[in-house]
Amino acid sequence: MLSCGGGSGGCSKEMAVELGDEPHVLAVDDNLIDRKLVERLLKNSSCKVTTAENALRALDYLGLGNDTLEGTVSEVNMIITDYCMPGMTGYELLKKIKESSVLKEVPVVIMSSENIPTRISQCLEEGAKMFMLKPLKQSDVKQLKWHLMKCRN
Amino acid sequence: MDLVQLQRQFVDYKTSLYHEGFLDEQFTQLQELQDENNPDFVVEVVSLFFEDSERLLNELARALEQQNIDYKRIDAHVHQLKGSSSSIGAQRVQKVCIAFRNYCEEQNVEGCLKCLQQVRHEYSLVKTKLESLFQVRLPCRREIFFLSKKVLP
Repeated sequence: MLSCGGGSGGCSKEMAVELGDEPHVLAVDDNLIDRKLVERLLKNSSCKVTTAENALRALDYLGLGNDTLEGTVSEVNMIITDYCMPGMTGYELLKKIKESSVLKEVPVVIMSSENIPTRISQCLEEGAKMFMLKPLKQSDVKQLKWHLMKCRN
Repeated sequence: MDLVQLQRQFVDYKTSLYHEGFLDEQFTQLQELQDENNPDFVVEVVSLFFEDSERLLNELARALEQQNIDYKRIDAHVHQLKGSSSSIGAQRVQKVCIAFRNYCEEQNVEGCLKCLQQVRHEYSLVKTKLESLFQVRLPCRREIFFLSKKVLP
């Protein structure tokens, strides 16, 4: 099941990538099995994948963390994160990303094993591009990639 | 016994696991993610599931032995187990986890202990079944791949 955000949050020119390039996705999930699964699903859709086991590591990777080293920030075309994570939740991560002038245009997708309508609308209102129910299927990820590519063109 | 018969045996055994509710649609999804470039994907994910589940089950047993039971901690562990079992399609394990979480919410120690016993039981059943399933597979995966295209619908 997929829920999509509104038409706002356009894509800046900097985000546009030439046809044929593989989008780089950062996948955040505290569950080892789910990380492996989402990685495979994304790679099968021709995406480059980096995984992070929690929100703090994700923020470091994105250059928003306290422990980010100079010159190690990588460009990411999409972030997909689990909602329920210890420490910082996916929702809190989403907020941090949207607060960042550098990263606010990066589409963020939230995943959750729980179908809670208030949770879904909360995430979409905060600017999540999409909300997906776990376990993810290949068809979900294909649709996700389609939206991502559409955004770039 | 020839290749075709062995392949059939594999399919029949697998079908019975679905009928008995040990596996669900999600396991099929996992298999579809396996291909010639990732021939060991299912075994890898399932092995991770075994390792992770055993760790969680031990944590749960320890947590329930405490004088002052930390239900939040128990719930967090069960949530993880529910997530992983759902991601690989281990339906019966997932179902017990749902009941387990309800007992956690009620702070019902008897209920939790009963669920721990049940989830251990279901876990060991699905583990045995999956191990048998992988043993039935032939060593030469390429032949199975081609054969399944020609012989089976």
